[in-house]
Amino acid sequence: MRAHREPAQPSSAGQPLSGRPLVAGSASGKVIALEEPLSLWGGFDAKSGLIIDRVHPQFGESLTRRVVVMASGRGSSSTSTVLAEAIRLGTAPAAILLRQSDGILALGAIVAEELYGVVLPMVLVDRATFNTVAASDVAEISATGAIIVHPPIAPTDAPKM
Amino acid sequence: MPLELEARDKATLAGDRGPAAAFALRVITRFAIAMQAQRLIDISGAHIDGCLYHGQVGLDFARRLADTGAKVVVPTTLNVSSLDLLHPDLYRGDDHTRAQSLELMSAYEAMGCKPTWTCAPYQLKDRPAFGEHLAWAESNAIVFANSVLGARTGRYGDFIDICCAISGRAPAAGLHLDSERIATLVFDVKLIPNRLFGLEFIYPLIGYHIGRATGSNVPVIVGMPPDVSEDQLKALGAAGASSGSLAMFHVVGVTPEAPTLQAATAGRDAQVCSVNVNDLRRARDDLTTASHADRLGVVSLGTPHYSVTEFERLMETLNRRTVHPDVRFYVSTARDVLHEVRLRGWETPLSTAGVQIIVDTCTYVTAVMDDVVGVAITDSAKWAYYAPSNLGLKVVLGSLQDCVESAVAGRITRDDTIWAHG
Repeated sequence: MRAHREPAQPSSAGQPLSGRPLVAGSASGKVIALEEPLSLWGGFDAKSGLIIDRVHPQFGESLTRRVVVMASGRGSSSTSTVLAEAIRLGTAPAAILLRQSDGILALGAIVAEELYGVVLPMVLVDRATFNTVAASDVAEISATGAIIVHPPIAPTDAPKM
Repeated sequence: MPLELEARDKATLAGDRGPAAAFALRVITRFAIAMQAQRLIDISGAHIDGCLYHGQVGLDFARRLADTGAKVVVPTTLNVSSLDLLHPDLYRGDDHTRAQSLELMSAYEAMGCKPTWTCAPYQLKDRPAFGEHLAWAESNAIVFANSVLGARTGRYGDFIDICCAISGRAPAAGLHLDSERIATLVFDVKLIPNRLFGLEFIYPLIGYHIGRATGSNVPVIVGMPPDVSEDQLKALGAAGASSGSLAMFHVVGVTPEAPTLQAATAGRDAQVCSVNVNDLRRARDDLTTASHADRLGVVSLGTPHYSVTEFERLMETLNRRTVHPDVRFYVSTARDVLHEVRLRGWETPLSTAGVQIIVDTCTYVTAVMDDVVGVAITDSAKWAYYAPSNLGLKVVLGSLQDCVESAVAGRITRDDTIWAHG
């Protein structure tokens, strides 16, 4: 636990979040919540870490070292290779949080861990946790599936960039 | 409930069947735990997607298995690769990728997989029977096996497919289980005029629409004519597996687990969504990124791999005409289907007409097409879905008729009268 940090928002104060680890590990990063499911195969470039699905609302954004919050995986069964390749290349997300279990995505992380010893934690969470993390700035994941979020600074406290 | 392993699985994990089997089963058990499976089941066949090269990790994984003596223990077919081994001169990628791809393909053959190199293993002579448990990869093959054949496979992909083939085991989860195959959402297509069901073109549009709308539900379609063909169901499933995560659908009166709506839903209430002509037009428009005025560069058919009956339709539609010299025309298929096409005497007239047949791979997964000047037209919703990001091409989705007429004319022509009322 990060005792030195004061919860910035009362809504998350003293509310430890958690989920079921599909791939256990610890990580932290800036949150990106996908507005629509993304098929990594055809929709994400492992070399650049960018979303390349032109019909995806977040086309062009980077997933590298982000905590990716997505409702579910989608599309081709080659998705696990793309994720494992991104992990090998260091362009992968820091962690992935899902609402629906996705074996194909989990597998990409499992294989990368078996081959290269690099862990990408993947956690299945309920709707409330999903929404809380999605609205946060930064999330930390622990190997037990515990999640600590750091909420965004309220617009009244700081000017928008 | 934790995953319960049988004594033989524990022995395999301990190395009784060698290091490759132990590694494969360890990946399966970790995957099974992620899927919340409570046990493993035996499978009787596998279809492997991992033989398509798209990165070092795939080769690292195959080498790890092949180098430790892995052998498949069930009949195992191979999906498309990155290379057309029968037409190697068509390859336009770099030498490094070619070498890596060949090594990957060799590694899978060395493990005992059959070099079928097709994304449509259900078009091969030996195909799974109703009720068989399989570990199939490739989203269009998965949806076809579950829906049309009534065989049972989860949504397997790279890595887990070959692990299942080596261990003969798969997680008892997802569509392997009766409870997961029950339809939970009904799509009623009776508002679509009957005459449209005679057109191949509408099936991928129905699939695209349902794929987007069904979420994680297993859908059941009501109101479709009972004589819908396997090619039409193939196009529907492939589209739905691209636009969404469709892994199984029922069609009442057509697919084997849906003799009635009652049977498909196990008698439970399910929400009904009505599908109308506007939904199909929207699907077509979503998948059309080029305009009619754009210069036509390429026609691509055969995603998923063309069947013999689809080649027959192509022969009839071409009707001895030739492709315009400015247009490249590709059809992707399996080498087994090409063999049949040759036996029927179609290969030479197709070639003379300007049709290039691609085998072992597909035009949107590897660099086989000439440099395309202009936009593409295809009859495949799946190709139209992926080509813009994979190949950087703009696409018009049309019927086979539209594709052929455009190819002959050298410009895009699409018959929109089919949408007229009446």
